[in-house]
Amino acid sequence: MIEAPLLEAEGLSLRFGAVTALDGVSLAVWPGEVVAIVGESGSGKTTLLRVLSGLMRPQAGSVRYRDPEGTVREVHGMGEAALRRLHRTDWGFVHQNPRDGLRMGVSAGGNVGERLMAVGARHYGSIREQATAWLRRVEIDPARMDDPPTKFSGGMQQRLQIARTLVTHPRLVFMDEPTGGLDVSVQARLLDLIRALVADLGIAVLLVTHDIAAARLLAHRMLVMRHGQVVEEGLTDRVLDDPQHAYTQLLVASVLAA
Amino acid sequence: MSIAIATEGLRKSFTLHLQGGIRLPVLQDVELAVRPGECVALSGPSGAGKSTLMRCLYGNYGAGGGRIWVTHRGAPVDIATADARLMREVRRETLGYVSQFLRVIPRVATLDIVAEPLLARGLDRATAHDRAAALLSRLNLPAGLHGLPPATFSGGEQQRVNLARGFAPGYPVLLLDEPTASLDAANRAVVVAMIEEAKSAGSAIIGIFHDAEVRDRIADRLFEVHPIAAAA
Repeated sequence: MIEAPLLEAEGLSLRFGAVTALDGVSLAVWPGEVVAIVGESGSGKTTLLRVLSGLMRPQAGSVRYRDPEGTVREVHGMGEAALRRLHRTDWGFVHQNPRDGLRMGVSAGGNVGERLMAVGARHYGSIREQATAWLRRVEIDPARMDDPPTKFSGGMQQRLQIARTLVTHPRLVFMDEPTGGLDVSVQARLLDLIRALVADLGIAVLLVTHDIAAARLLAHRMLVMRHGQVVEEGLTDRVLDDPQHAYTQLLVASVLAA
Repeated sequence: MSIAIATEGLRKSFTLHLQGGIRLPVLQDVELAVRPGECVALSGPSGAGKSTLMRCLYGNYGAGGGRIWVTHRGAPVDIATADARLMREVRRETLGYVSQFLRVIPRVATLDIVAEPLLARGLDRATAHDRAAALLSRLNLPAGLHGLPPATFSGGEQQRVNLARGFAPGYPVLLLDEPTASLDAANRAVVVAMIEEAKSAGSAIIGIFHDAEVRDRIADRLFEVHPIAAAA
């Protein structure tokens, strides 16, 4: 077995003035693995996602990505252009607010097709065909293909963002609270959709969420963050059913059982 | 002597940080070894730690000390210290667990719940679905229900979905937590037959069976889990 991590971070630290956002965080994400980062607001989890994906630079530590050829590259040392290319091809980013991940003035079909064109697709018919298939896959009626996302509900916009992100079959997808701000019934549908797509495509996902139930449903592995540190990590069901750290116990005990 | 799963000095206690750090010891120096094709029933009074032991064996609870050897890919692996990735691999290929209650995933059809561990082991979709459907039908869940999510099923029906999911892959080690608790006589008989077949196929089975009749039929021996007398 010559498996190796896709993404590996070591000793990440970052302070904003007196606030410690990241304090010596290390982690690895392996191919096909869904890893949840949980913790309450201000625990540093969104900052961690931004640092891991190269959107923000740490004051200490490094992030390394292994490309499909097996070459290990420093995420914070590859330069702007290379990083942008990575985000367009191998990586995907699903933002909490679909407006941050979609182009609101472009049609739904265009939002999906644009990602394909960015990786070199040129044939209009085939792009439209793939966009149609992906709209169906995320349960959007292809008849809405030419509507802009501004005419969609929040749940539809989020599903469209997922289609736009996954259409190029990235190897690693960063998700920042993908179900935040949605109605509970809409959340369940979206979670199920993400779960099925991720399993089918075998992509690795780094999922930041404060929703423990969502993490249990989606993630193979879980990291618990507090005050910029990873206080506990392991198999999702073990962390949630046998939490060791006082903070994890509090987090688990605070979830309302439906 | 070949061993499918064995513990060495297994210990487990819980520290409740929200209750002032109380420490509750549950398991102490558990020495259990099960051979392929053997079925061992855990016995002991309620609260002795039978379910805790099962959960430790599955890695759902972390071991507090000692070792848990599982024969995985032909070699012993200590899952008490295995990392999450190795543990996932052991669960995918070697170690199955049927809990008392099905954790229902919204919107996922019964057939897909049962087929999922088969797909994870690399079976193609058609074969996985055929095998899942056959097991569900054997457990008297008619084909009309296979396409529905089990959220609205009765407790007994959900347990049979759980059993089908646990038995489908044919794990070399299978942990069963009260597999017949809410089943009628006819379905109990089906489960007893399935356990006997799994044993003949070489699976090591560890179970909690409150139903004495079922236990006497399938268990080769009992393993007593002793309650720990006083909290430290």
